[in-house]
Amino acid sequence: MDKKIIEVDQVVIKFAGDSGDGMQLTGTQFSNTSALIGDDVSTFPDYPAEIRAPQGTVGGVSGFQLNFGKKVNTPGDFPDVLVAMNPAALKANIGWVKDGATIIIDTDSFTDKNFAKAGCDTEKLKEIYNDYNVIEAPITSLTKESLKDTELDAKSKARSKNMFALGMVYCIFDRPLDHSVKFFEKKFAKKPEIAEANKKVLKDGFNYAVTIHAMPSFRVHSSTIEKGVYRNINGNTATSWGLLAAAEKANLPFFLGSYPITPASEILVEIEKRRDLGAKAFQAEDEIGGITTSIGAAFAGHLAATSTSGPGLALKSEALGLAVITELPLVVVNVQRGGPSTGLPTKTEQSDLFQALFGRNGESPVPVIAASTPSNCFNYAFEAAKIALEHMTPVLLLTDGFIANGTEPWKIPSMKDMPEINTQFIGKDEKEYLPYLRDKNMVRKWAVPGMKGFEHRIGGLEKMEITGNVSYIPENHEAMSIERDEKIKLIANNIPELKVEGNEDADVLVVGWGSTYGHLTTAVREMNEAGTKVAHAHFNYINPLPKNTAEVLSKYKEIIVFELNLGQFAKYLRMMHPTNHYEYYDKVQGLPLTVKEIKTKVNQILEQL
Amino acid sequence: MADTKYNFKDFKSDQEIRWCPGCGDIAILMSVQKAMAALDYDKEDYAVISGIGCSSRFPYYMNTYGFHGIHGRAGVLASGVKVANPKLSVWQITGDGDGLAIGGNHFIHEIRRNIDLNIILFNNQIYGLTKGQYSPTSLFGQVTKSSPYGTIEQPFHPGELVIGARGKFFARTIDNKVADTTEILIEADKHKGASVVEILQNCVIYNNGAHSAITSKETRDDNQIWLKHGEPMIFGKEKNKGLVLDGLNLKVVTIGENGVTKDDILVHDAHQELPYIHLALINMAVADGFPVAFGIIRSVEAPTYEILLEEQIKEVQSRSKIKNVDDLLHSGNTWNVD
Repeated sequence: MDKKIIEVDQVVIKFAGDSGDGMQLTGTQFSNTSALIGDDVSTFPDYPAEIRAPQGTVGGVSGFQLNFGKKVNTPGDFPDVLVAMNPAALKANIGWVKDGATIIIDTDSFTDKNFAKAGCDTEKLKEIYNDYNVIEAPITSLTKESLKDTELDAKSKARSKNMFALGMVYCIFDRPLDHSVKFFEKKFAKKPEIAEANKKVLKDGFNYAVTIHAMPSFRVHSSTIEKGVYRNINGNTATSWGLLAAAEKANLPFFLGSYPITPASEILVEIEKRRDLGAKAFQAEDEIGGITTSIGAAFAGHLAATSTSGPGLALKSEALGLAVITELPLVVVNVQRGGPSTGLPTKTEQSDLFQALFGRNGESPVPVIAASTPSNCFNYAFEAAKIALEHMTPVLLLTDGFIANGTEPWKIPSMKDMPEINTQFIGKDEKEYLPYLRDKNMVRKWAVPGMKGFEHRIGGLEKMEITGNVSYIPENHEAMSIERDEKIKLIANNIPELKVEGNEDADVLVVGWGSTYGHLTTAVREMNEAGTKVAHAHFNYINPLPKNTAEVLSKYKEIIVFELNLGQFAKYLRMMHPTNHYEYYDKVQGLPLTVKEIKTKVNQILEQL
Repeated sequence: MADTKYNFKDFKSDQEIRWCPGCGDIAILMSVQKAMAALDYDKEDYAVISGIGCSSRFPYYMNTYGFHGIHGRAGVLASGVKVANPKLSVWQITGDGDGLAIGGNHFIHEIRRNIDLNIILFNNQIYGLTKGQYSPTSLFGQVTKSSPYGTIEQPFHPGELVIGARGKFFARTIDNKVADTTEILIEADKHKGASVVEILQNCVIYNNGAHSAITSKETRDDNQIWLKHGEPMIFGKEKNKGLVLDGLNLKVVTIGENGVTKDDILVHDAHQELPYIHLALINMAVADGFPVAFGIIRSVEAPTYEILLEEQIKEVQSRSKIKNVDDLLHSGNTWNVD
């Protein structure tokens, strides 16, 4: 092989194998090591809904894609390097790798039997040798050989083959082994023989790559990042921590009522661990129990939240309406996935926007905000709680499978720099408590059981203005409906204005919301760098919209709304700001956007101008 | 605990009661108010939580913290309140529709978790608020608005469900027996854990007389047995009937007949862990020649969820290095960029 060194800003690697091959761990190790040596990293785990789909089949392929280097905002469109542990992994991914990509295959698993399982043709495979830089390695047998003197059983030996592949890739990209070595020592502290085996296989993989000269063929330019303490974080952890941060800042105990659902379960799991911070996580018997225990906890004076995904949000709708009419603070996190119904549980989508905005009976306005990167889930979870507590309302926070599972390095914030949260408790010295007496923001006060003298009743029946007694008076119902609506609209005074990135003076404005940020900002940056003027406005606040939305949108000849659904946000913008023309770019494949398709669409619109 | 002594009137709210004249709920309201006045809490530490149905209007008539929820969800709403603040005395007001049909799932789980709630189940064997459809406790064959040819469903026995969910406290009473009910409610509150009190409640409009075989003046002495822990299971107008074990089954006997003496009669043990006799007592029915059991049938001590949670929090806090969110953010793998 030629020793040609390619200098690049970013490299995309995908590890792919059977769902039991440990590809998620392999990818995570590579990401963490790269982040530790100062690269930007963005990751995209992509796994099947089945826990262990039939071995060797395309349906059972689990992948972990990551992008590292400089100015990284996405996990990358197409891999430069594919590690395929079997024919199925190759078949599932070959259509998505870059032209001329490097493909590392475990030749031991490229047997006729496995080709048959993957449903592919051996002859066809040979064609890849012409089009790609294929590195063949008998990974399974070399791993067995590497461990032949250990006491491990055959199964455990075979299971270590992912570390052989990782060692090879570390060599190719000139990464140090110490981070993974330390990881094994810590993880297997009680099973030193396993730790040793993993270390040995990793080193042997590294050395094998040196031997076959599969060595540094890329030199990746490191990022110049801000000073500070960093860590890797995924969106679900960031969401959990953002909620805990808000509780601490507001000086309130935290309660999470939740029910396991992909891809949101990690939020429940993380909060369950946080007994050390006094957090009360309650795994309910169903989704309705999840939200309703939280409403109970909110009534009792906690910062309360519930976490779910689309089908779970549907089940919670009625209770969410109860939180609307009782005007209690509550954060509802919806980690979106492909729908409708069970849909694509492990795949990403932005198709719950309408459900979030409109999916309840009656006039039932709820603030909706969306996080846009794995790490800013922390900020938007914090913000959701702040809005809930300051405006006495349930708030819906939308994330999705892509940013919930994806990771990136994150400069750790300090709690002292987080904004203050002003809870709306009634003052202890007040003479009386009128549950629905509103302030200038239309916000009612919060009195909780245990507070002397403020005993009162709330509930799902319409309430009389000010007193909160049950009321069937027609004019009162209308007045209360308008007040609840007005209260949410007034939140616009307390959220940041919409910013324009890229070239503000462009004719075309690229619009997105939520998790498409990384792909859109990368496409827009690259186009501007290449001399094409493009602007980008990204929405994190959806209801209410930022106050300057109309002003921003009206500046551009063409607005293209990119989203992972059939145009829900574009339709919403058309409803809220009907005078503009909106061009749609929709994708509903359970996959994120690619930078390439964004550029193609923008160019196509520019040509028509 | 309390610095004030209350009268039951202190627990009346200023809202007009909108239940039908003669509704059994009105007497239950008084029993709850009397029980709260007799208990040790400060008024602001009571929370009355309901779902939907006639009985669920209850919180509006109480001058305490109250929450009228949504259909079937009283159990989870109350669970959230109690788990959040274990110091409160939390009363869940529910009916046979709210608690056993739409809210059946929550009912069994709150009992299984043994959250310290007073679950007051108003059983009138009908849907009242929606005007007379059959409920999960309506009798087999009962003709109602939604079963014009008679139901073809077997009813739940609430107590049997409680035992099935591994419940620790079950009592049964009758709406208009205010003194007995008050006493039972006080005991239900004192019992730590999920305490279910089934109240046979008469719906005067849609199911009037549903319980009359048990409650009518003529038959009540022979058709009711009021159980007291540690006392023999004796009943009847002449106080000469009792319950004995015949093999594995309960049997009604008459003291003084066939050589039966008072010493042969079973002594009620509400505290025994094994639920078999409690279950047999719960299932006694007039149609089978038995009196219906009232009073505290089962009361067994067991750890409660909200206390176990608080203990676990303390235990984890004592050994965790993470004391605040800054610690959390810096836990695990971090690195410095200089």
